[in-house]
Amino acid sequence: MAISLDDPKKLKPLASQAHQVAMNMLRPISRKYDRAEHAYPTELDMLAAMIDGLSESGASEGAGAAGVRRDEKPEGKEEGTKNGANLASVMSIAEMCWGDVGLLLSMPRQGLGNSAIASVANDEQSERFAGVWAGMAITEPGVGSDSANIKTTAVLDGDEYVINGEKIYVTSGDRADHIVVWATLDRDLGRAAIKSFVVAKGTPGMRVERLEHKLGIRASDTAAIIFENCRVPKENLLGSPEIDTKQGFAGAMATFDNTRPLVASMAVGCAKAALDLTRDLLTQAGVEIDYDRPAHVQSAAAAKFLQMEADWEGARLLMMQAAWMADNREPNSLEASMAKAKAGRVGSDITLSCVELCGSVGFSEGELLEKWARDSKILDIFEGTQQIQQLIIARRILGLSSAELK
Amino acid sequence: MDIGKSLMTRLSPAGRHGLASTEQRDPIGYAVAALNKLAQSDLLDRVGLRKQAEQVVFTSTREGFRTVTAASRQFKKTGGKGAGTRAPAAPRKGVFDLTPTEDEQMLVDVVSEYAEEVVRPAAAEANETCEAPEAVLKAGLEIGLPILGVPEALGGISEERSAMAGTLVAEALSKGDMGIALAALAPGSVATALGLWGTEAQQQTYLPAFTEDSAPAAALALQEPTVLFDVLKPSTTARRTAEGFVLDGTKAGVVRGAEAELFVVGASLDGAPVLFLVESSTAGLTVEAEPSMGVRAAALTTLRLEGVSVPADAVLGATDGSTYTECVRLSRLAWCALAVGTGQAVLDYVTPYVKTREAFGEPIAHRQSVAFMIANIAIELQAMRLLTYKAAGRAAAGQDFTREVALARKLCSEKGMAIGNDGVQLLGGHGFVKEHPVERWYRDLRAVGIMEGAVLV
Repeated sequence: MAISLDDPKKLKPLASQAHQVAMNMLRPISRKYDRAEHAYPTELDMLAAMIDGLSESGASEGAGAAGVRRDEKPEGKEEGTKNGANLASVMSIAEMCWGDVGLLLSMPRQGLGNSAIASVANDEQSERFAGVWAGMAITEPGVGSDSANIKTTAVLDGDEYVINGEKIYVTSGDRADHIVVWATLDRDLGRAAIKSFVVAKGTPGMRVERLEHKLGIRASDTAAIIFENCRVPKENLLGSPEIDTKQGFAGAMATFDNTRPLVASMAVGCAKAALDLTRDLLTQAGVEIDYDRPAHVQSAAAAKFLQMEADWEGARLLMMQAAWMADNREPNSLEASMAKAKAGRVGSDITLSCVELCGSVGFSEGELLEKWARDSKILDIFEGTQQIQQLIIARRILGLSSAELK
Repeated sequence: MDIGKSLMTRLSPAGRHGLASTEQRDPIGYAVAALNKLAQSDLLDRVGLRKQAEQVVFTSTREGFRTVTAASRQFKKTGGKGAGTRAPAAPRKGVFDLTPTEDEQMLVDVVSEYAEEVVRPAAAEANETCEAPEAVLKAGLEIGLPILGVPEALGGISEERSAMAGTLVAEALSKGDMGIALAALAPGSVATALGLWGTEAQQQTYLPAFTEDSAPAAALALQEPTVLFDVLKPSTTARRTAEGFVLDGTKAGVVRGAEAELFVVGASLDGAPVLFLVESSTAGLTVEAEPSMGVRAAALTTLRLEGVSVPADAVLGATDGSTYTECVRLSRLAWCALAVGTGQAVLDYVTPYVKTREAFGEPIAHRQSVAFMIANIAIELQAMRLLTYKAAGRAAAGQDFTREVALARKLCSEKGMAIGNDGVQLLGGHGFVKEHPVERWYRDLRAVGIMEGAVLV
């Protein structure tokens, strides 16, 4: 045991592999699918097959959207600190998002719904849903951050739940073959009655209503989905069907503890892309960044760059911390939210500032800087906005309930 | 020669009292200035028009430069010419880990207790008197602060490179009080520097004193009183002579300079920054109290060097600038740790405060504008800590940490100050008065990002 915050040695090959994939497969088609919004990036099928292969060979260290599953803490001896699937996931996803966030979100079988299944499914369900591509449907037209208020209902009828409601902002909602949808068993029982259901595409009663036109991550399809008397087998309810008012929302929310570090890693990766290119462009423009000399005796551009890099490093280490805690089976809600909050806001600041520093070169579509500045914005919004993260963090630090600190 | 001009210069307000050089007086300005002169003269007092009310605090007033007379001990030259003893780099396994070693944890526990029970209660008064109480420093000696970074073979307690342990200790101490932490850590910083770069002779001449009960005060003097100061280009100069070197220049922010018996002074030699060991008994050294905005318990002084002759073996480490640069980086690391400790003190203080302070019928913590400030303090503080630990871990392992410490310093100075600022803001008017420590932390945190040298890990 000794404090060491460098990247784990054993995960470096995985990260550099992801970097190579991002560089050679995602970047060349990055602008193409930013322009051709809603076109399916067929190139990704090949890539997904390759990733599945890596996963099977064990070379991926369990990284990916489903890498966030937490097994029970084993009894008995501990063999020291673990650098496992959570760290592998955030590191490789950051590298892929250095390539392109929108394309990463479009990776077959790597949806946020896959993370949700990995987080709350029982063993039988994990097995049954292995290999699916699952999108995640939480948000509704009238319900954003206050996801406890969702109106979509699920009513047990025989051996099936009947789902009714409208969901929006479903990432990969069109392309995924399954949707994990949040619905309430009883709207009078509040958050404890909210459960998640896996719905296979083609199930009668579920249809994609439309695809959104967006500011960024245009390579990723964002769908509105309507459920009209959509019947799903009752075994597709993830976790326990009991309405446990004591446990409340915790079950469903556990997903977020696992997905927030992943979203943080997306912001970290996207911001790194902007930093790398900006540094190169600044060097070409004659600006050298010196780590030893005080920032105030360097150029304003160099000083700004140092500030951005310091913020970036802070976000990345918070992300690593949250994943490391998950790998070692320590509760990490607070740290996951910290990572998401810092990475989300830093991602926007860095990508926007890089555009500013690079002037017209940054603003025009001739470079990808303007695209990264558009892509990064969603990362401070989905899976809990900046403000929701701050609420969670403040409640934890202050020991206040959601009734006290609204 | 030009009487008119010199008279105007004398009457001009510019350049004094915080006025920019462009300021000019108009007729009303002259009248006000004259009135102020009258108000300041003792005429009013002699005719009994003003109540005698001042109680001048001696320690914080400028008393002019005086020779360093602090019971200077004679360091007896001893030891051979060889390279000194070095602590080996800490071994690492290439695993991401946030768990301190058992030894580090024990050390942190001891220092935290000292910080909470000895340092914090002494902080307010030490700020007023501009010195750390002797009893507090004595207790610091007992837990081994001066020899923390000294290799075991030289009588110290470090088995391996101690940058990580030093970082954790500085953080824990600073949670008690940054000013006292500086006063307590400054001598050990010089000892650590001797352990890192001293020759066998330098180590054997100076280090034994640090392992004694009466360990000397010692100071690492890199800072200079210059606007836009670049620590890598000190204006203090070293000139070669037949016997050694002659140093000239002025150092600022020298911790406990008035009582220091040994200085490590940064100076330019042949264009490269170099560290020199200067004993306080050397002729040509004068100090002046330099009370500042914050870290007042550190008894900051300005050290003037005028034709100070030191022997040829006074050079500490390399003369190509490499030792000096490493020293600057390790010092910045220590300052980051101090910022993290004080930042934690702020968070720990404001958290219960906002939960008990009520406004509009409920605790102010129930308002998002207040609660979000707490959240942001917590987020940035943890980011500061992780950046600092990353740099420290690399330093301890003997790896390059140039980039990491630069980023840590950037974040710690910027966000550390923001935390100090928010700490006062969250208490409102109560934060502005000395009844609460947040105003002190506000002043102390301003030192981070400005100060170079003074401490290192």
